[in-house]
Amino acid sequence: MSPDMKITKAAAAGTMESSDVYVEIQPAGQISVQIESVVFQQFGRQIDQAVRQVLEEHGVTGASVSLNDKGAVECVIRARVETALKRAEGGEN
Amino acid sequence: MNNSKVVSSIQEAIQLAGLKDGMTISFHHHLRNGDYVLNMVMEAIANLGVKDLNVNASSVFDVHEPLIGHIKNHVVTGLEADYIGGAVGRAISRGVLEKPVIFRSHGGRPSDIEQGRSPIDVAFVAAPTADTMGNCSGKYGKSACGSLGYAFADAMYAQKVVVITDNLVPYPLADFSISEIYVDYVVQVESIGNPAGIVSGTTKITRDPVGLVMAQYAAKVIEHSGLLKDGMSFQTGAGGASLAAAKYLKDIMLAKGIKGSYGLGGITSYMVDMLRAGCFEALLDVQCFDLGAVESIRTDPRHREVTASHYASPSVRSSAVDSLDVVILGATQIDTDFNVNVHTDSNGYIMGGSGGHSDTAAGAKLAMIIAPLTRARLSIVVDRVLTVSTPGDTIDVLVTQRGIAVNPRQAELKQRLKETGLPIVEIQQLKQIAEELTGAPQPIRLGDRTVANVLYRDGSLLDTVKNVD
Repeated sequence: MSPDMKITKAAAAGTMESSDVYVEIQPAGQISVQIESVVFQQFGRQIDQAVRQVLEEHGVTGASVSLNDKGAVECVIRARVETALKRAEGGEN
Repeated sequence: MNNSKVVSSIQEAIQLAGLKDGMTISFHHHLRNGDYVLNMVMEAIANLGVKDLNVNASSVFDVHEPLIGHIKNHVVTGLEADYIGGAVGRAISRGVLEKPVIFRSHGGRPSDIEQGRSPIDVAFVAAPTADTMGNCSGKYGKSACGSLGYAFADAMYAQKVVVITDNLVPYPLADFSISEIYVDYVVQVESIGNPAGIVSGTTKITRDPVGLVMAQYAAKVIEHSGLLKDGMSFQTGAGGASLAAAKYLKDIMLAKGIKGSYGLGGITSYMVDMLRAGCFEALLDVQCFDLGAVESIRTDPRHREVTASHYASPSVRSSAVDSLDVVILGATQIDTDFNVNVHTDSNGYIMGGSGGHSDTAAGAKLAMIIAPLTRARLSIVVDRVLTVSTPGDTIDVLVTQRGIAVNPRQAELKQRLKETGLPIVEIQQLKQIAEELTGAPQPIRLGDRTVANVLYRDGSLLDTVKNVD
């Protein structure tokens, strides 16, 4: 856990394979989450909650997150978001 | 006497056949996703200004997407099929067609045609080879597809029959499948289909470890079912895991020296391998799936073409499914009462159909579903399938990578399998295991308009498919 993670550049993680999710993150003034999912009707709410929870856990207050979900289970979604966050954090551009 | 039925164009054949507004025309699907014939005929019909047609196609593939335009222009106002692929299925689910689609099974369709419940005015037969009087075959020609099994009822019972070929040969084509006695007109065209879409070069066994585990379980279920003995008959689909199951079954049969009677259905080269290895005495083939099967049906007299009626009709004296011991089938969903959905996807869109699913399940002594427990975060096992394609009381076993469920009505089989050490679980348990992984899904919303009626093989209404908003 790295409290108050700052998103400074665009980054992505994941794939468009079935049962995976492709996550893109961009710096932004506040949190926004966009979800496209093959199981949106069944799991849209849970996906949104999981993403926001990961952002909160990392103390992210500004990021634009978009997901193209091909039916990933929750632990995969969390892992992909976390990886994308770490790639988007600080450092050189 | 006219010694040729050859006419100059599809358009001329349509006019000579007397096609009028409101009639029913039919097609068969042996050219599968490589078929040019349905689109060519529909375009000619549209150009002639004929409207309000009912199209009875044994199956509709994505290549037939132009049908949607003909529906929008009211050239087509009715559709009947045993299977509709995702492209046209999606449009149907969104309500493009006012009248509900009629879904039948591969056995129910010829049954209804032969019983006069589903009359055809003009049948169009896509023939890889035909002579000038209409004797035709699927075994020869650049567009060879092997069996023409689904086309027989159409040819024998339609008021008018038009054979369309890209390999016209002098009379007589001695090795015909469909006889000239049924044929009114013959049309020669440049090409009836794209060979790459007609048959796959090879159908492949899955290499996915999950698929291989399921296949191994499936083969072991057959081994311990009590049915694995001399004379056993068998059908399997062309899906990767089903083929892998056939391969494991072949190994077991060879190791134990068991000689089966026949392999049935859509035939792949894996079934041909089993025939050649001595696992079966014969193959009964209603449709070839790959080049190996086409080559075999052309050259091996043990590999027989059968009509769709002979394959699966419930209203003939007997059909091949009646003598079937084991069938391996797929599912998009199966519910805790073992009802199977192969018509609609998890969002309710039409993307398939019975084919021979419900026919073989009803006929076989052991009807086994093989499917991964989850697909893209959705459990294959649900409380209630979106569409009942095959009634649960005809399904015996569900094989997944996480366990095998036996229908409670097969108590003896269940006990027998338990004693082998296979992971036998209750179907409700499988649903639980799946949902621990995926979470509990919200129910999906469907409209209240009926876009398709699913008829069981005896013609009774099995279920309805609702529109997707």
